Amino acid sequence: MPVVLAAADLDALVQALAGRGYRVLGPVARDGAIVIDDVRRAADLPIGLEDVQGPGRYRLERREHDAFFAFTVGPHSWKQTFHVPVERLFQIRRQQDGFSVIPDAAPRQRVALLGARACEIHAIAIQDRILIHGEHPDPRYAARRSDVFVVAVNCRRAGNTCFCASMGTGPRAERGFDLALTELIEPGEHRFLVEIGSDDGAAVAAELPVRPANPEEIGAAASVSERTAAAMGRRLDTSGLKERLQKNLEHPRWDDVATRCLACGNCTMVCPTCFCTEFEDTTDLAGETAERTKRWESCFTLGFSHVHGGSVRSSIKARYRQWLTHKLAGWHDQFGTSGCVGCGRCITWCPVGIDITEEAAAVGLPKKDG
Amino acid sequence: MSVSPAPDPMLPEPLRIARAKRETHGVFTFELDVSARGGFPFLPGQFNMLYPFGAGESAISISGDPHRPDRLEHTIRAVGTVTRALERLGRGDVVGVRGPFGSAWPVREAEGSDFVVIAGGIGLAPLRPVVYHALRHREAFGRVALLYGTRTPDDILYRKEIERWRSRLDVEVEVTVDTAGSDWRGNTGVVTKLISRAAFDPGRAFAMICGPEIMMRFCARELERLGVSLDRIWITMERNMRCGTGLCGHCQFGPSFVCKDGPVYRYDRVLDLLLVREV
Repeated sequence: MPVVLAAADLDALVQALAGRGYRVLGPVARDGAIVIDDVRRAADLPIGLEDVQGPGRYRLERREHDAFFAFTVGPHSWKQTFHVPVERLFQIRRQQDGFSVIPDAAPRQRVALLGARACEIHAIAIQDRILIHGEHPDPRYAARRSDVFVVAVNCRRAGNTCFCASMGTGPRAERGFDLALTELIEPGEHRFLVEIGSDDGAAVAAELPVRPANPEEIGAAASVSERTAAAMGRRLDTSGLKERLQKNLEHPRWDDVATRCLACGNCTMVCPTCFCTEFEDTTDLAGETAERTKRWESCFTLGFSHVHGGSVRSSIKARYRQWLTHKLAGWHDQFGTSGCVGCGRCITWCPVGIDITEEAAAVGLPKKDG
Repeated sequence: MSVSPAPDPMLPEPLRIARAKRETHGVFTFELDVSARGGFPFLPGQFNMLYPFGAGESAISISGDPHRPDRLEHTIRAVGTVTRALERLGRGDVVGVRGPFGSAWPVREAEGSDFVVIAGGIGLAPLRPVVYHALRHREAFGRVALLYGTRTPDDILYRKEIERWRSRLDVEVEVTVDTAGSDWRGNTGVVTKLISRAAFDPGRAFAMICGPEIMMRFCARELERLGVSLDRIWITMERNMRCGTGLCGHCQFGPSFVCKDGPVYRYDRVLDLLLVREV
């Protein structure tokens, strides 16, 4: 049964998690954006802030309320916590008769995600499918994912670039959490409905000053998610999308988007499911020790598809087409799921405001005049 | 059907070069000492990631005999930073090896058919394990033809071996070059021209092609014209292979990863993509 936690007691949750040895990560306001960082107390959260998002636009604005979670998703995603941007894989030492390989130890972390949204929980599940449940599991990713506590937050607002409702990934977190919070703000009363998703979640909830939820509170929480879904203006029509994209690799819309796309790769960096990486081998000055580093890579770089003789995808058209068709079509062939969770980050953080939902909808349709 | 790589496929295994042989200008073959690990089983068409100390990795197909896992061979063309660093190594030096990765030529599926193997340039290296297999199991195949094109007579790989194969009465071996001096007595022109002259029954033929993408397409088109069924033609794709495990994303080709789902593909399954530029 759901319980209710007074907003004034939210810090008890942070402390309960910290007391169990979790590093608590959550949203904090920094440099004009809401990013993911350590949360040591509930007061670290971006209280009263809302984000105003649009294609190529992101602003934080202060509101006349003290909501803890009135914003949607920012430029960071939990990808950086598990599929880290840079990591060393091993060192190699030159020896008299060759060299020896010294692998870096599997990373250990005990983290609690405070405020994971439904779309993000889906994104984590997609990366798990690729990096843990595939033919070649990534042992370092699996280690980072092995001891995680998830506190979901159901979105109170739909951001201007959100389209999770049409992707079936939100706005309400249905599973994949230990605890799920819905923030309820009424005159004179500010509280969280807390749903329990696991035994660990129940154990943490038992340490909090909570009381059983009444039917009105459960109903109020449900209507928060319903209102958010109803307010979502953007949508991606996924019916027949995979086939339509794969059959229209020469559609003129690819040329059209290529005139706008800067191939900067921002969309791939902010995407919570994009998983491509590059490997860098370096040596010390003496040439005695070498190492290999893995870092995020983007299919928008020229080097990404480099083979002897040049890049396979030298045009921006080909690179945008690769990204979009992979995300929305090839992903189904490879992993049995879309690569998109409808978080809208690629729209917001595109410097020229290219909208994945518009581009996907236009490919395969007759070209409009003018 | 695949041979699994070592437990952590991202860690290179140091192996010593037992023999280094220069094949042609800029092309050389390493035989790596795998005695300490009890051999290196692989399937024809699979590749390894080779690592010269500190210089990065390059995907190199295994060019030796799949029935001799005690001898791990790679034939390498020095064209980039990594392969040039490999070129500077010799007998006794150590290279890092990860693999084997990738799909295999379906040599068992080809049994019972007339078998046409078509190679262009360095493309003979990934097909050499196929030739070894066919010659070792010669009785399992109908007619066998190896058609091989290079730029000049000086670029012919495995020259002595080709002479030995050619001297066998049960294999047709044809070599053609793009350009040659007046002392060249053999064929000139593209390898496509050899196809219609080779002795095989298109109705029961099975073909494997490796070379530049354009060469493979024209060969497949010629085979199709002669009546070879497209689902009995196999090719290999080249893309930027970095991890070998389908996780880094660089080698994507349509909905597949070349390092995992390829490099060997059935032609009719990739034909549509081959016709699109920059996929």
